[in-house]
Amino acid sequence: MSGDADTTAAAPPEDVETYAELYRRMLLIRGFEDRVQSLFLRGEIYGTTHLYSGQEAVAVGFASSLGPDDRVACTYRGHGHLLAMGTDPEGLLAELLGRETGVNGGRAGSMNVVDPEHGVLGCYGIVGGSIAAATGAGLSLRGTGAVAVAYFGDGTTNQAYFFECLNFAKVFELPVVFVCENNGYGEYTPFEAVTPGGIVPRAAVFELPTTELDGMDVRAVRTAAREIVERVRAGGGPEFVEARTYRFVGHSRSDPGKYRPDGELDRWRERDPLLVAGALLRDELGMSAESVAQVGDEVDAELDRIEAAALAAPFPGEITLPEFSEGA
Amino acid sequence: MSETGLIDIGMPRLSDSMEEATILTWLKRPGDAVTRGEPLVEVETDKATMVYEAETAGVLEEIVVEDGSTADLGAVIARIRVSGAAAAPPAPPAPAPTVEPAATKAPGVEVEFRDAIRQALDEELARDERVFLFGEDVAAAGGVFAVTPGLHEKHGPDRVFDTPISELAMTGAAYGAAITGRRPVLEIMFGDFLALSMDTLINQASKYWFLTGGKQGVPLVIRSVVGGGGRFGAIHSQMPVSWLMGITGLKIVAPATPADAKGLLKAAIRDENPVVFLEHKRLYSLKGEVGGDEVVPIGRARIAREGSRITLVTAMKSVHDCLEAADLLAADGIDAEVVDLRTLRPLDLETVLASVQKTNRVAVVEEGPLTGGWAGEMLALIAEHGLGDLDDAWRIATPDTPIPYSPPLEDAHLPGPERIAAEVRRRVSPASDG
Repeated sequence: MSGDADTTAAAPPEDVETYAELYRRMLLIRGFEDRVQSLFLRGEIYGTTHLYSGQEAVAVGFASSLGPDDRVACTYRGHGHLLAMGTDPEGLLAELLGRETGVNGGRAGSMNVVDPEHGVLGCYGIVGGSIAAATGAGLSLRGTGAVAVAYFGDGTTNQAYFFECLNFAKVFELPVVFVCENNGYGEYTPFEAVTPGGIVPRAAVFELPTTELDGMDVRAVRTAAREIVERVRAGGGPEFVEARTYRFVGHSRSDPGKYRPDGELDRWRERDPLLVAGALLRDELGMSAESVAQVGDEVDAELDRIEAAALAAPFPGEITLPEFSEGA
Repeated sequence: MSETGLIDIGMPRLSDSMEEATILTWLKRPGDAVTRGEPLVEVETDKATMVYEAETAGVLEEIVVEDGSTADLGAVIARIRVSGAAAAPPAPPAPAPTVEPAATKAPGVEVEFRDAIRQALDEELARDERVFLFGEDVAAAGGVFAVTPGLHEKHGPDRVFDTPISELAMTGAAYGAAITGRRPVLEIMFGDFLALSMDTLINQASKYWFLTGGKQGVPLVIRSVVGGGGRFGAIHSQMPVSWLMGITGLKIVAPATPADAKGLLKAAIRDENPVVFLEHKRLYSLKGEVGGDEVVPIGRARIAREGSRITLVTAMKSVHDCLEAADLLAADGIDAEVVDLRTLRPLDLETVLASVQKTNRVAVVEEGPLTGGWAGEMLALIAEHGLGDLDDAWRIATPDTPIPYSPPLEDAHLPGPERIAAEVRRRVSPASDG
């Protein structure tokens, strides 16, 4: 790992295996999303989907800094966060296919997956919902050494939840990391057109420490995330991150992304987080080109198996869930 | 009035429901000059601590009720010596209308409805360390309706705390805490402000149990002050039940007595899923006996008065209005049964149907707009399951208008005892043989 002597001494040595595993997870997310797109076009996935392709480094880099007691709250663009946190990819794909073996038995679908066993409070279909959930988790986690992470997009910074919850979290010094994934567009609208003053100053006004990140570089994300999470874990209060990233696809299945200026997507694709991570493995960490390619082959084979298994799973029968619990 | 003389200062009427109040601190001492509008004394009423300002100029001659002492509404608390003819005597305060407990009083200690709620909170905070209480002015101030005094001091700032005025953040955070191992009790000061909580309630809290296949509940209680009669106008008097009725996965608790307020709040806090707990502002001063650690189950109605000729199905403050109406009707030979639903979602159809089987007539009395209210849902259920038992069935609710402020307008708006009795007399004859 590069960096000055103090940082190197404080952090455990980063080895090729760590980044090979992060690279594998990012490939898994990209390949998963490609298959989701294909299955949607074949009529196997219903409604809508919001793909994470292009933003993988943020979810994977942050998740690699979290421990088993930490919690994350995601958005309706949540497949990447779930897979980064360890959600079973077969269960996730089955959920999107509406099958009984889905993570939530087919009740949730793409936008609303809940996986507490892997620290995922939920994927929130309402813009701003993830911020509120993580803020509340911060109330529970205060003093325990665990942290909550809220993921949300640039568009969320215009929502009341954003302002109320950042203020609330700071007033009570909650252990929450607010991670804004600025992918340049709120649905179809460029963020510059609707975000006067930019994003970071909005958090700074509540006196949250702020960090701006290259969200296409998994090492940059992981390095910063580890430092931020450790400060928050130690009781330093909430912090704010703006990760600049880009989605390589439209907002949702119905959006071809034609509002993008010519050449913008191509320029961002040159910084594809998979290319950046592959170069890191080969050029700096000494992994052979063959070995890097082999990671991709293994992920493809895994996804083949997962897709076949998920498609073979049955649809759920009648839901027998009681409407109300019995209380204590 | 003498040209130069003493004017009695009566205990001012600082809240609509107060009968007495306590002098906290005199801000002037005898001999001090007092100008009109100048802060004179801090007074603690049943709802809040308020500063009473002098209504007349002069010199404070005498303090009759000292710091820490309590006096009835209108009782002389001080005298001011005025000079010249300019000073006007303060108008004597009018007696405050009060809600009388209609239920049978058992011997024993009686407490106010608000204190029953405080007891439940206190006991549940002590019983389960996962429980915590937060909201606007619930901690240091003890609640704007004086429901939560002392809890902050007793249970500490991590368990009982004040928040910014941020209902989205408060409700969202309560939900987030509930799915991560805590049992939050959130106060939304007025039910009208629940509109700001609705996203979390509708889109997150009431869905989680379903989405997780029953693996993870959301043990969240929202307490909120509701209802008319307080002269608070159109946006601090509403009954939010009709907004909430269609939220699958949500429970709505609506007690009418101190005992039920205590027992049902305990049940709500121990429930594994979200409960909205409605506190009618006109019930806070109602006195009644309360239980100890008794839990009143959610979803069960009670017969507040037995009768044979008609069933009045209702909740909250309207229970007492219906009991009063039943007394009026009894004088006319109409024997009314009153069902106190206690929970509005889910509705206790079994108890209601058993009553209707006996009386063959039902009026559902709802404080809330007629259109889209819970009374319509109740009547639909009765018709679906008990049509053969029915000779008559209708709703008595508030008109489809916002709640007016002016006392005569608001009183006419609410379904009080006289209107309930009049509607029943119009449709139900005294004859009772068949």
